[in-house]
Amino acid sequence: MFKIVRTEELVPTSVFLHEIEAPRVARKAQPGQFLILKATETGERIPLTMADTNPETGTVTVIFMVVGKSTAIFSALKAGETYTDLIGPLGRPTDIEKVGHVVCVGGGTGIAVLHPLARGMKKAGNRVTTILGARSENFLIFREQMVALSDALIAMSDDGSTGRKGFVTDALKEVIATDKPDLVVAVGPVPMMRAVSELTRPEKIHTLVSLNPVMVDGTGMCGCCRVTVGDEIKFACVDGPEFDGHKIDFHGLTQRLNAYKAAEAEAMTAHRCRMEAQAKQLEQQA
Amino acid sequence: MQATQNTPKDRHPMPEQPADVRRHNFLEVPLGYTEELAKAEASRCLQCKIPKCVEGCPVAVPIPQFIRAITQGQLAEGIRIIWAKNGLPAVCGRVCPQENQCEGQCILGKKGKPVAIGNLERFLADWERAHGDGSLPGKQPPTGKRVAVVGSGPSGLTVAGDLILKGHAVTLFEAFHKPGGVLSYGIPEFRLPKDIVRAEVSILEKLGVELVCNTVIGRAVDVHELLREEGYDAVFVGVGAGLPRFLNIPGENLIGVYSANEYLTRANLMKAYDPLYDTPLVPGQNVMVVGGGNVAMDSARTALRMGAKSVKIVYRRSREEMPARAEEVHHAEQEGVEFLLLANPLRLDGDSDGRLTSVTCERMTLGEPDASGRRRPVPLPGADFTMDCDLAIIAVGSGANPLLTSSEPAIKLNRRGNIDADPETGKTYMRGVWAGGDIVTGAATVILAMGAGRKAADSMHEYLMRGW
Repeated sequence: MFKIVRTEELVPTSVFLHEIEAPRVARKAQPGQFLILKATETGERIPLTMADTNPETGTVTVIFMVVGKSTAIFSALKAGETYTDLIGPLGRPTDIEKVGHVVCVGGGTGIAVLHPLARGMKKAGNRVTTILGARSENFLIFREQMVALSDALIAMSDDGSTGRKGFVTDALKEVIATDKPDLVVAVGPVPMMRAVSELTRPEKIHTLVSLNPVMVDGTGMCGCCRVTVGDEIKFACVDGPEFDGHKIDFHGLTQRLNAYKAAEAEAMTAHRCRMEAQAKQLEQQA
Repeated sequence: MQATQNTPKDRHPMPEQPADVRRHNFLEVPLGYTEELAKAEASRCLQCKIPKCVEGCPVAVPIPQFIRAITQGQLAEGIRIIWAKNGLPAVCGRVCPQENQCEGQCILGKKGKPVAIGNLERFLADWERAHGDGSLPGKQPPTGKRVAVVGSGPSGLTVAGDLILKGHAVTLFEAFHKPGGVLSYGIPEFRLPKDIVRAEVSILEKLGVELVCNTVIGRAVDVHELLREEGYDAVFVGVGAGLPRFLNIPGENLIGVYSANEYLTRANLMKAYDPLYDTPLVPGQNVMVVGGGNVAMDSARTALRMGAKSVKIVYRRSREEMPARAEEVHHAEQEGVEFLLLANPLRLDGDSDGRLTSVTCERMTLGEPDASGRRRPVPLPGADFTMDCDLAIIAVGSGANPLLTSSEPAIKLNRRGNIDADPETGKTYMRGVWAGGDIVTGAATVILAMGAGRKAADSMHEYLMRGW
């Protein structure tokens, strides 16, 4: 059992932070690595890239958006409650070296994953420009932490409620024109990572993206998370989760991410009905 | 003398669930002997002075002795005779290829049917679980030595059981959230109920083995850290053959194409067949399973039970060359699995959402024998055919998973990526580290992994008491 020591609702009913006791993982984890969480005996194994780790307190931090039944169950857990299973650290750590000017692009909950990478890049002596994107102001998470570790930060939002109105690629285009990066790291929704990679490809700027495909074991045993990179089939769990954005078959990746969409929607509806019925029952009892 | 008066040919078959019933459920197929049936079968044993059956057993179970105990009604004594050599009799009685081992050597088999040794072993183990007094084997006094066993499959369970009885402290590490390795994720419920695996593991825990799940050695902790920082005196690596092979044909990334490892893990360990569990699985109507081994049979029979309309095994050689046990092929056939022999998939096609819709295969014929001694399959030109397929399960074997070994270069590997270990002792090139099971041999059987575990445990005990 893995105890949750702190929870935070970063975006009401949507984006949650959990800090969880896992001393072995906290001691060993490096930026870019992920873990697998399971909340109940009957639950799914959900891979999440770590947003932070603290070897002193023996805790790891993950951030997730409620997108289906499993994440809905996660979001209902309170501090002091437990996950039945936590496996990690998994995947290869990010290659962090001093290359010069690094542009870190984060979208949605990907900003949380970007956080330790950007921090590592800064620590290694790079100049870090950060570009963050979100639907609207309240979805722009981790802004203060990212401001603190970046040399410059540009915020973008779809509706203009924070920063500038527009996409992260609009900002990236300008940065490329005025202050060409040596490396771009992009973490966020697949369409965002794809757009960033397409933008940097003609400029020949090395671009890393962090993938979050469907997984089971996370140790290379099942091949569920396979993705085409260049001419090769790679397993994101052991060969990734980070890959060269210019080599990824984003189309295939998107299709495989939708493998269980119908089943998930069905499970989510059933779960919601059950929760509402339960809430009603509790109300009546009260 | 009653024993020899029976017609030796009359082997007592084990009652089974009828094929048309069981293909719709996940309950165990063979139902087990009653005590009467077990005694009748046991009385067929000739009690050979030089028992060939024992020579055929990789862990040398004293077979005539436990069979005699059954004929005498000494069932508690019988299970103890097995336990002296085999800590997992309920598992082995079900999944060992007895026809190639003990039963293959039985003298009765020369003229008729061999004694049903596997069925009798299973009977005693099941009797013990239902009626035994729960007494455990005696342990040697503590030695003060600590052993880490990496992987809780057949070899790891054997090492843990042997060494805890010899007085060492044992920690058993498992990467998954449940112990058992292939016994839990690979072999289906209808062939090996998971309650049995749980019961066998819980005996080890009662003996004092510390079970640590959710821990990937090579990521969370490295082998040298177990030895140098965590204070273990010896490490056994039994991580299995966990690297799925694919066909490397177009369309293999389509939704609905699974490795057998993934399909079976979702179905068995993650219980996709149980509506209480949240595990999704593509519900195949027209299923193709590629391969001819036991894993292919398990996958095909699981797909039937998940509700498939049609399940076809596609195998590029003929029935004779199929590596699966005859019993598994027979069971699959009875349940309605079709066999498309001498066929080989060339291409998988899907719809605009990337979902598998059809497969195109070539027809094969058998040519000259290849390195394995089996006749090589050769394509027949102009005979390709296409069929509907919305679920394809690739069961063409597993390679060696490099996750642990790549993190520990001192453990040397052979060309195929398997650990180079002494076949007699299981010693690797890294001092204090042993290995056994599929990570050494490549994908093999439960009992061979247990045999390797037994040898390694003996060698580790020797080392812990006397030195490398």
